[in-house]
Amino acid sequence: MTGSARAMPPAPFEGFAHRHLLGIEGLTASEIAVLLDRSESYVELNRGAAKKQVTLDGRTIVNLFFESSTRTRTSFELAGKRLGADIINMSVSTSAIKKGETLIDTAMTLNAMHPDVLVLRHPDSGAARLLSDKVNCAVVNAGDGSHEHPTQALLDALTIRRRKGKLEGLRVAICGDISHSRVARSNIHLLTTMGASVRLIAPRTLVPSRVETLGAEVFHDMAHGLEGCDIVMMLRLQTERMQSALFPSLREYFRFYGLDYDKLAAAKPDALIMHPGPMNRGVEIDSLVADDFGRSVIREQVEMGVAVRMAVLEILTANLARTAQKNL
Amino acid sequence: MPKHPSPSRPTAYVNARLLDPASGLDAMGGLLVEGEKIAAVGKDLFRDGARWRVPEGAAEVDCRGLCLAPGLVDMRVLSGEPGEEHKETLDSLGRAAVAGGVTSLVCLPNTTPVIDDMSVAEFIARRARKVGMSKAYVYGAATKGAKGVELAEMGLLAEAGALAFTDGLNAVANARVMKNALAYASSFDLLIVQHAEEPALAQGGAMNAGSMATRLGLSGIPAAAEAIMVERDIRLAEMTGARLHFAHVSTAESLAAIRRAKDRGLKITCDTAPPYFALTEADVGDYRTFAKLSPPLRSEDDRRAVVAALKDGTIDAVASDHIPEDEEVKRLPFPQAAFGGIGLETLLPITLELVHNRELAMLDALRLVTVAPAKLMRLAAGELAAGRPADFVLFDPERAWQVDADNLHSKSKNSPFDGRAVQGRAVATYVDGRAVFAEESDRR
Repeated sequence: MTGSARAMPPAPFEGFAHRHLLGIEGLTASEIAVLLDRSESYVELNRGAAKKQVTLDGRTIVNLFFESSTRTRTSFELAGKRLGADIINMSVSTSAIKKGETLIDTAMTLNAMHPDVLVLRHPDSGAARLLSDKVNCAVVNAGDGSHEHPTQALLDALTIRRRKGKLEGLRVAICGDISHSRVARSNIHLLTTMGASVRLIAPRTLVPSRVETLGAEVFHDMAHGLEGCDIVMMLRLQTERMQSALFPSLREYFRFYGLDYDKLAAAKPDALIMHPGPMNRGVEIDSLVADDFGRSVIREQVEMGVAVRMAVLEILTANLARTAQKNL
Repeated sequence: MPKHPSPSRPTAYVNARLLDPASGLDAMGGLLVEGEKIAAVGKDLFRDGARWRVPEGAAEVDCRGLCLAPGLVDMRVLSGEPGEEHKETLDSLGRAAVAGGVTSLVCLPNTTPVIDDMSVAEFIARRARKVGMSKAYVYGAATKGAKGVELAEMGLLAEAGALAFTDGLNAVANARVMKNALAYASSFDLLIVQHAEEPALAQGGAMNAGSMATRLGLSGIPAAAEAIMVERDIRLAEMTGARLHFAHVSTAESLAAIRRAKDRGLKITCDTAPPYFALTEADVGDYRTFAKLSPPLRSEDDRRAVVAALKDGTIDAVASDHIPEDEEVKRLPFPQAAFGGIGLETLLPITLELVHNRELAMLDALRLVTVAPAKLMRLAAGELAAGRPADFVLFDPERAWQVDADNLHSKSKNSPFDGRAVQGRAVATYVDGRAVFAEESDRR
């Protein structure tokens, strides 16, 4: 390997000085743009045959997942490997947590092994923030409870930007279980910061209290909510919510809030269809709509996910190196 | 020989600003202690021109102009002992109390075992006497195991010293059980205290429902969860003619309901705790688990309603709501962390904030933490009067200090006020005439 390949990339990260990526809230439009621009550069690389980089050679990344997730974990793993980092996966089953191993215990154990980046998925809101207070490395929030999932919002934004050429001025509908969705919260923060307008569509039982204070408009029926939308973003419905009496049945949910061609007709003719996955076909989205080759960008979202995570890992690691150098 | 011998000779406390809410006394004067009792108290007592002349044979203590008030009566405290001594023992509880100027406290029944049996009530009273710090009284559980199903032996518990009955941290949720508890208690003229929170509405909630909870992605506990149970219980109290007290009221809606009930002449009383007039949901900040309380910290509008209710008398008393929880249950992701904060040593300074902010006059603020809770609990305490136990506190109302949880005496450090700059501090505390706390000798 050559010295130039290991040199710190100088210019692009000047606009993003954070040590961690815990959420989208609090990031400025220009910081988000820096992340998206860097991600963009990895899209072409990932489409080529030679994908391997040495940017993160010698770096250690730990995927610490307290919730099962195949796609997000795989996406981070692939992103780390393509940048040349050593990446290990730690899945902490819920049974281990019950045995008394807490988040902090696990974090302190891992911290002693000197990782550069910890990627955390945890069922509790605020877990990433708590972890970041206790460790010396960079922390990437890969989803904490119902709080935030910043890389998902970034990959959604990258997908939209590439298709529509911009984010500003777009009208985006987010439909489904807003209350329990970290994807919804991160997207609301990102899209409103970038100048898009956000509409939330769900029955009242799935809309959290005073969500309009986050800067989004709330609708309870798809016909009005989808009117004139450029983007229709569906959320996964957890079927457990039925037991909490939040909606009566899957068929009733699909009748009123599932995305089919009838409801989609209210949106703009060129509206894009998005879903963070995994989908419940026939529950929140009709299979035909999900697979609509011309309008559904669901598979493209997955592709953008790897590029976004490469950019995030690269930038945070670079920032880490800087703070380390400063400390010398 | 007892650990703290009573003074063998009378002691005269002179040159003090006497503050007694019960009599309305606010004047420079003196107080004479003989044995365990106050023998005399009054404006200009022992004053002789510009000097002080104490009775023959009495020791003289110059209070240097400090405030001398009845010892605080804290009607809502959880002891870790018995059962969770790693969080708080009756010893650490007693030390924290007197360091905060508290000379009488009432323990919630949610210990292990629960105070639903005379033996537990007697154990706590005996241990507290041995510790010899603050006087400790107990609530009896309203229902066996504080589980809300079968009535506890309220009559027998009252004979063993229980002052009032409550399931403490738990609401008596079942309306029929609550009705029966009120009716039964009223046969013995006993007071029922309710933690008003409809459990089905609060279930799974970690903080106040609202924009802050939504932003943090935390499940909310709606203000209505409190108001609904307050409204229900007011009706049950009216049905049964019972005396009912609502603990740590935190919302505007509940206070409006209580105000209406009082106006109708019902025997309804209530208290609040310092977090509910000094903090709001915004203090949860970035998932500060020390600000995770039950009831949850509410909105700014609710906080203002609590202050207004303190001013207009809707709220009868202020209690610390001291709930010790250790790091093991607080250093967790917010949804998993335990509810509760310690408060014995911040009760006085945070209550004095109401005076410094010109919301309440000094005597009115002190009344809320002395004679008012003493009356509710029917304790002979909270007054500076001849013949009363010599339980009093000397404090400096202006003294500025910063709350540092590590320096508090409680075994658990979960103070929601950690880091807060406050004004007013207990300088010395006396129980039955004995000096149980003195700031100078407390420097560690």
